[in-house]
Amino acid sequence: MTVAVRSMALAVVPARHRVAPRRRIAERLAVGLLALATLAAVALLVIILSYVVARGLPAIDLAFFTQRPRPFGEVGGGVQPAIVGTVALAAISGAIAIPIGIAAAIFVVEYRTGRYAAPVRFAAELIAGLPSIVIGVFVWALLVRGLIGSFAGLAGAVALAVIMVPIVARTVEEVLRLVPMSLREAALALGAPKWKVILRVVLPTARAGVVTAAVLALARSAGETAPLLLTALGNEFFSLDLLRPIDALPLRIYRYAISPYDDWHTKAWGASLVLVVVIGLIAALLRVVARQRVR
Amino acid sequence: MDRAFAAGVAALAMLVPLTLVAIAVLILIDSWPSLTTFGLAYFATTAWDPVKLVFGAAAYVYGTIVTTAVAVILATPVAVGAAIYLTEFAPRPLRAPIALVIEILAYIPSIIYGLWGIFALVPAMRDVVEPALQATAGRVPVVGQLFSGTPGGLDLFTGGVVLAIMILPILTAVTREVLLAVPPTQREAMIGLGATRWEAVTRAVLPYARPGIVGAAVLGVGRAFGETMAVTMVVGNSSRDIGGSLFVPGYTMASAIANQFVEADTELYFSAIVEVALVLLIVALLVNSVARLLIRRTVADRPAGAVV
Repeated sequence: MTVAVRSMALAVVPARHRVAPRRRIAERLAVGLLALATLAAVALLVIILSYVVARGLPAIDLAFFTQRPRPFGEVGGGVQPAIVGTVALAAISGAIAIPIGIAAAIFVVEYRTGRYAAPVRFAAELIAGLPSIVIGVFVWALLVRGLIGSFAGLAGAVALAVIMVPIVARTVEEVLRLVPMSLREAALALGAPKWKVILRVVLPTARAGVVTAAVLALARSAGETAPLLLTALGNEFFSLDLLRPIDALPLRIYRYAISPYDDWHTKAWGASLVLVVVIGLIAALLRVVARQRVR
Repeated sequence: MDRAFAAGVAALAMLVPLTLVAIAVLILIDSWPSLTTFGLAYFATTAWDPVKLVFGAAAYVYGTIVTTAVAVILATPVAVGAAIYLTEFAPRPLRAPIALVIEILAYIPSIIYGLWGIFALVPAMRDVVEPALQATAGRVPVVGQLFSGTPGGLDLFTGGVVLAIMILPILTAVTREVLLAVPPTQREAMIGLGATRWEAVTRAVLPYARPGIVGAAVLGVGRAFGETMAVTMVVGNSSRDIGGSLFVPGYTMASAIANQFVEADTELYFSAIVEVALVLLIVALLVNSVARLLIRRTVADRPAGAVV
């Protein structure tokens, strides 16, 4: 009897009046704390980026882009070798990693019945989870001590490529899976061989996604420092000799940051600003490309 | 032609597992002298003496565990809080943009966190945060031990804080993905029974998402323990003692490699450093496998953290 009455009473009271004040306050408090956590995360980004901009801007002038670093104690000079080196490393590592990554994705998706598709995917995931310094140690042993015999830009590019391959492979894999099976079937039904289907139908359909993958990997590797420390080493002089040490923005930032000179600290912030702007531009490009993904 | 293409693709693709095997083999070979000389004692002693050729990595392992623990303990509540807010409570039009802003944190290179750490975080920790902690939590018995000593800024605690900031984006992104994968019926059933949104979150959504959130935290561990540059720049790199305080300069495994790899001039010294890399490699393989298993339990067959 009482049960029936109570349930009838509940039915006519609008939902928001039914909640006891204690529970409503608990809800308010909880949501407030959650919003605060979100705000903290956003604030961190704002704080760090404003530091980079505020401290980096004073370092930026023409000489910063066109001159090489000056020796101890001399004020002035720039980070031109590091900028050129970063671009060179990105170009070479991209040229190595992007084809391999795409091939791995094709292998995993288009040849998935094969015995080795799963191991390739798994290996890519595991490499993606390795600390980048471990990859640096590996490339040092393979190239710096082994095949090349000295610290070298090429070794740095290979280390970056090892980091990029899993990123390219996993991103492209996801896009290839989005390409409708009916497209492949239609092409095969028209008599196209499998390689033509992949190169002429599947990849063009997924083009935007493939570009996204490549750009994402470049953005990721542009700021890598630890593996370069053991491979490319850094160089105060302009050099494009890939078998000799080469400079890169992250290496230059590191050397300047741990130095005792104020002028070098300012230059470290300046180089960071350049690096952030480069990565930001790459990321912006990424969003533009990602918009026109596979339909 | 078809065969040639398939063979070409397969050859390039096989480079991936081949690289992984090569990484493991080369690092194992180079750490062999140290492995056979020191055995398990390598993990039991903090002696690291390039002159007497005695090497034990216990202090590095300790530093890595402490900084990683501080990072995960600080970052998880914030990341889970932000993820809950962004999936359940935030105004709808704001959800995606805020999530994107937090994701951008993941694109900032480690070296810039390090630079910011040296010039902004370390002074703030030394002058404000650490003395404040000492004055409050430092008075509590037992726990107070952690905050004893002279706050110097360049210490294990600051290393942990930098790491916490760095793993925040991936923790948030993965937790958010996990929460989005919780079926709406979980929430609707609770709310239909008269629960508030918050009660629905704590009693219906979070229990369902728990394995995934734990997985996100484990993934955070995976990111934090091998992180090199930022930690190296703020952790102090001097003391090799295992103490009770967080306010002492320390070393992590990754920072030990970064600082000493190029200097190692004898075979055994070099081998001992490479063994540190071997330990990082093994732990990375374990941690990532576990994290992926946990996250897959809630988020069906999507590569975890594909975004970040």
